[in-house]
Amino acid sequence: MTEYHINLPLTDEQVKKFKVGDILYVSGNVFTARDEAHHTMLTKKVPFDPSNMALYHCGPLMNKNKTGWEVVSAGPTTSSRMEIFEDRFLKKFNVKLIIGKGGMGKNTQKALQKYISIYVSYTGGAGALAADKVERVIDVFWLDELGMPEAVWLFRVKEYGPLIVSMDAHGNSIYDKVNKVK
Amino acid sequence: MSKRDVVDGIVDLIRKAEIELPYDVIKALKKSYKTEQGVAKTQIEAILKNIDLAKKSKRPMCQDTGIQTFFIEVGIDFPEINTIKKIIEDGVKKATKEIPLRPNTMDPFTGENHNDNTGNHIPYITWDFTEGSDVKIISFPKGGGSENMSKLGMLKPGVGIEGVKDFVVEEVIKAAGQPCPPTVIGVGIGGGADLSLKLGKKALLRPVGIRNKNKSIAKIEEELIKRINASGIGPMGLGGKTTVLDVHVEKAHRHPASLPVGIAVQCWADRRAKMIIHKDFSWEVK
Repeated sequence: MTEYHINLPLTDEQVKKFKVGDILYVSGNVFTARDEAHHTMLTKKVPFDPSNMALYHCGPLMNKNKTGWEVVSAGPTTSSRMEIFEDRFLKKFNVKLIIGKGGMGKNTQKALQKYISIYVSYTGGAGALAADKVERVIDVFWLDELGMPEAVWLFRVKEYGPLIVSMDAHGNSIYDKVNKVK
Repeated sequence: MSKRDVVDGIVDLIRKAEIELPYDVIKALKKSYKTEQGVAKTQIEAILKNIDLAKKSKRPMCQDTGIQTFFIEVGIDFPEINTIKKIIEDGVKKATKEIPLRPNTMDPFTGENHNDNTGNHIPYITWDFTEGSDVKIISFPKGGGSENMSKLGMLKPGVGIEGVKDFVVEEVIKAAGQPCPPTVIGVGIGGGADLSLKLGKKALLRPVGIRNKNKSIAKIEEELIKRINASGIGPMGLGGKTTVLDVHVEKAHRHPASLPVGIAVQCWADRRAKMIIHKDFSWEVK
């Protein structure tokens, strides 16, 4: 259980170094994507480069004030819903870090190995704490079509964590260990 | 007091539910923090920090501000019972802007969202009637991630209570980290399909740590807590001792041929707040 404070984007060498149970605090750019956003990004032209950002399974609560959008609360959503998309998503966008909660399935686990990426878990429901680590809302895409929770939001985050490495790039999953306890 | 002021009361009620977790839940989480180690401890620590920050910064503790759900007990001598529903709806719309709340109600066919947390049957209100002239309202904003783990079992009566217990333990273990454990589980046994689920959900209104008054049911609750926590799923499914903060069981009489078991799942953010409206429309939020 090593604690790392890291900047995005990550290199393949960095990604390979992280092991299940490690704790990360990340700084850099992340984009949110839930079910509809995954579908949209896989089927439409994407107006930004996701490869140097972290993918965040999140449908944030946002507020528009005079100066623009601000994050009110932004914890993770249940990742297993994105299992049906994630291997294709990793192949297309070469994302090196997925942030979510609750874990993902075998297809994602294989894809993480194949495309050298990791899945990290952020504490579900800790939305106020997460919002506190967002420095800036960079942009939003498909807001009108998909609505606030499903839209793709780009955030600049600082020391975002604790993120628990739950599925690493070597085929290990913390959830397999937990399943064995049963 | 005017009805307009009562709408503000509803906003206050929802705000309290979304921002301040009841003390019984915080107490259970603090107890869990003492017993957990390693990764599990980091999760409970983040939850406790989050609860603190939400209260201090007056923002919803979770971005999923839920489906606005209310349990109302109407005193039959309250003078204008027919105004209550509208007051709740107006309060939800106002709260969506003021707190704010995430626009969480969409048409299942068209995806249309009014962006005010209202729609067909929503806010979802359960009505009950009682003596007196006060209206008691419980706000119970219900998140989607935990709701997705709800289960209905129409068991064969022959499996008995042992079969009921096994069903509950298996289903909660199957849900693993998905409903944001440590969770609170409400189990309704008996009645019909709908009643068992309703009883399960109503069981979640009971504070964490309070056992069923019926001693044999209380014993079953204790056994379920022990068995589920022995699974090792732990906070957020990352391994640990606390998978549930509590299990609440309620019963209804059943048809001889049916043994319905309704499981309602609540994440650690077991959000609840209470309000009383008096007959002169003065109110208090607790």
